[in-house]
Amino acid sequence: MIEVEIISGRTLDQGATVEEKLTDEYFKAVNYCELSEEDFNALNLSEGDRVRVKTDFGEVVVYAVKNKDLKKGMAFIPMGPYANMVIDPNTDGTGMPQFKGIKGVVEKTEDKVLTVKELIEVI
Amino acid sequence: MAEEVNIICTFCGSVCDDVQFDLEKFKGKKFCKLGSSKFSKKERIKAPMIDGKEVSYEEAIEKAAEILVNAKRPLLYGWASTVNEAIRLGVLLTEKVRGVYDQCASVCHAPGTLALIEEGVPGGSLGEIKNRADMVVFWGSNPMEAHPRHPVRYSVRAKGLLIKDRKDRKVVVVDVRKTKSANMADLFIQIKPGYDYPVLSALRAIIKGEEDAVPEEVGGVKKEQLKELAEMMKSAKYGAVLYGLGVTQSRGRDRNVENAIKLIQLLNRYTRWIIWPMRGHYNVVGAGEVPAWEAGYTYAIDFSRGYPRFSPGEFSANEILQRGDCDAALIIASDPAAHFPKVSVKHLKKIPVIQIDPFPNMTTLLSDVVIPSAVAGLEAEGTAYRMDGIPFRVKKIVDTEYWSDEKILELMLEKVNELQR
Repeated sequence: MIEVEIISGRTLDQGATVEEKLTDEYFKAVNYCELSEEDFNALNLSEGDRVRVKTDFGEVVVYAVKNKDLKKGMAFIPMGPYANMVIDPNTDGTGMPQFKGIKGVVEKTEDKVLTVKELIEVI
Repeated sequence: MAEEVNIICTFCGSVCDDVQFDLEKFKGKKFCKLGSSKFSKKERIKAPMIDGKEVSYEEAIEKAAEILVNAKRPLLYGWASTVNEAIRLGVLLTEKVRGVYDQCASVCHAPGTLALIEEGVPGGSLGEIKNRADMVVFWGSNPMEAHPRHPVRYSVRAKGLLIKDRKDRKVVVVDVRKTKSANMADLFIQIKPGYDYPVLSALRAIIKGEEDAVPEEVGGVKKEQLKELAEMMKSAKYGAVLYGLGVTQSRGRDRNVENAIKLIQLLNRYTRWIIWPMRGHYNVVGAGEVPAWEAGYTYAIDFSRGYPRFSPGEFSANEILQRGDCDAALIIASDPAAHFPKVSVKHLKKIPVIQIDPFPNMTTLLSDVVIPSAVAGLEAEGTAYRMDGIPFRVKKIVDTEYWSDEKILELMLEKVNELQR
């Protein structure tokens, strides 16, 4: 298990499939978590492996992806339903939940990644 | 017969007005990846539905009006991907049913609005940036993925009146991670997540001549690098800070933007600088401007007392949903089930939800009444504000059976009036 700070945000693929949310393309565009090379290796992961991301606000299983441009301790999940399972919903009076910079942990898991439809069932 | 027409893209806040569409091939030209996918054939909501059963537009709209009239405090949310004419009706409808009007900026650039209320905004248009800006700082924004043609048309490679070449313009990216946009920058400054505020404060101190007050490292950035950036900013002739959600969605939120505006105010004592948000949806500006000219506020507006009140800590969609403070919702041109934190979605699942949208999305899965609509800019016309507030008339170039958002809301308002009589 490693400690990370989670950032969510737009990617080109997420944006290009955002009006096709019930398709496989959208599912693939948002269901992963990027980790630094160091963290990826520390968890003994290979491409296609799944990880469980946990914060004080929830947890979610997503695919692990190595991103050599990320610094150790940072995790990036594309904005969308998977990221929103773990982000901080508190708005501190601004109306804006904290979608970026949430402390959490990441561990390897054998559990499956829920589909978009399954995800809305478990909320 | 020529089948290619000039159109205006209705995906992101850049609202590109130089793109073409081939009606025969149903394919766009000159679009970025985001625009190409917007203007392509994809799955649509087939017909209006009540509880999953196909009905007529009239039946669905009547049911929606009933839900809104019978609710004590409905939330009417979305509005960023539709035209001003529809938004105008939406604000009237919200007032009529004494509901709460909120829009996508509430989870996007609204903290910038709070900062603007405090500080004002030294702003400028995209045209000015293209023609004049010899320095552009992308702060917590990633145009290569969120506004792919913005750099080419306005902010990086754009050729303008005074800026003839990429070499005439310095480009800086400040971000917590090395994004695709960082690769096009002359200088990339990587800060620790949640440290925008102190980094901005440090820059202000250095520019003001009080660098002794700045420690050797601030938010993961070496003082030397901050001094380099401060010097670059001070010696620019016309600079622009273009900020994104990296600033508004992380620790500090509105205070980050406020501090950035203070930096710009300070820089304006030495040279010319502007600051502007990189707005996301093509008409998210309209979703704020239209209620502002109708009710005086841009988002989080409560009409439950019969007159508008603004308070983001109380009336923003996420606050209302998390408190369980609305008993019905109308969601238009947006997908909160995919883009809100799960505790907010939890309440949305418990209440009657009406959806108006061209495409099936996660909100469709929890909606009781689903009303498909025409795609503005393709199947329906109207006015949209580009990210810098410049209005554009978006076109209807394809005939459709789908009703426009405007037509749907017009009838819904009529039905609400009948039910309230």
